[in-house]
Amino acid sequence: MAEDKKYTKIQELTYELKVENVMTKKVVTVSPQKTIYKLRNILHTKRISGTPVVDKGKLIGIISIEDFMKCLAKGEINIPIEERMTKKVRTLYADEPLVHAVRKFDEYGFGRFPVIERGKGKLVGIITKGDIIKGLLKKLEIDYHKEEIHRYRASHIFEDIVADRTTLTFHYNVVGEDFNRAGESASGLKRTLSRLGIQPDSVRRAAIAAYEAEMNIVVFTEGGKLTVSVETHRIKIEASDSGPGIPDIEQAMQPGFSTAPERIRELGFGAGMGLLNIKNCADKMNLTSKVGKGTHLEAIIYLNQR
Amino acid sequence: MILNEVKEILEAEVIIGSDNLKIEVKIGCAADSMSDILAFAKPGALLLTGLTNLQVVYTSEISDIKAICFVRGKKPDEKVIKLAKSKNLPMLMTHLPMFESCGRLYANGLIGIGYLDIKKKNG
Repeated sequence: MAEDKKYTKIQELTYELKVENVMTKKVVTVSPQKTIYKLRNILHTKRISGTPVVDKGKLIGIISIEDFMKCLAKGEINIPIEERMTKKVRTLYADEPLVHAVRKFDEYGFGRFPVIERGKGKLVGIITKGDIIKGLLKKLEIDYHKEEIHRYRASHIFEDIVADRTTLTFHYNVVGEDFNRAGESASGLKRTLSRLGIQPDSVRRAAIAAYEAEMNIVVFTEGGKLTVSVETHRIKIEASDSGPGIPDIEQAMQPGFSTAPERIRELGFGAGMGLLNIKNCADKMNLTSKVGKGTHLEAIIYLNQR
Repeated sequence: MILNEVKEILEAEVIIGSDNLKIEVKIGCAADSMSDILAFAKPGALLLTGLTNLQVVYTSEISDIKAICFVRGKKPDEKVIKLAKSKNLPMLMTHLPMFESCGRLYANGLIGIGYLDIKKKNG
């Protein structure tokens, strides 16, 4: 199973990475008038096995150590490179996905492909199988490292606290009708949850639910509180206010039902989707309200435990 | 599609992020309702919208939107620009209307959310 997974991860990366992400940018090139003898020195000192032939900035051919050996065998050491280079050069575009490069290596069996900029035809790099392997390993390492940091942080805080049960609670005060600040609480919550190392999908769902709840408090009430408590297995979001209350909760949950005034709609809110969004993001949602007293909303998101 | 292509296709002006035009947006999302963005936008999306208030920045942050392009020549005020800067959120502005902005990007290969959902259904 584990091996299967790794295979698909590498495959995924070959689609995600582009040729330009892994290619060697500093390309050693030769001019067509140089002799095969001089080519020997270049290949030797630069420790490469082939190089593009460039004339006045334009890629006109490619020559490899194999071509050199053929010349050596025939004693053609003093003829210019242009007479023995491969003129029909197969190239890759810098913005092509890496998977195209992998396919071309398979198809042609070449050791390297010059990389050119799409549209301009300018030589911008060169790619070998070694570059592809190095690029993939580097990307895997970065991803692995990021994941490690997240895991470390997440386990760190909960593991360092010695208790039978640990709950972290965050309080946010939401000011009613203050559109200069509306969104701040959910934004802060999102950053906090990310830092705790909670999985991005769960962070996103919690942030969306909190944001919609925050907006409801801003739009409809004189203010309220957002309380979020995190345990290793779940995030609980509570939004409470002492505002006007909801007369008919069932109706309020209907998609598109809204009592928001026009000026709120102009801001892009009050489309009657907020509560539904919260419900869709949460694993469990509970809403109670008394007209004239206030509203209490509770949304729970369960976390996958490792 | 990288942001610079979006800029060229929509003949857009860069409000924030001129040094960040190489970032890639994987998917397009167009909405003038915050709840729609929250409900339907996928992480890494480019948001096309006519809304220019502070909440569009917060909504984008919450929804993991990668960049915003304002349509119909709407430009946010300084407050909004400052907030977006603090969150490292690139913003563009085009004079094209919403329909045409979407059409041009889609025709140039930027996919939408529907494409992903269909792909998922068909395995």
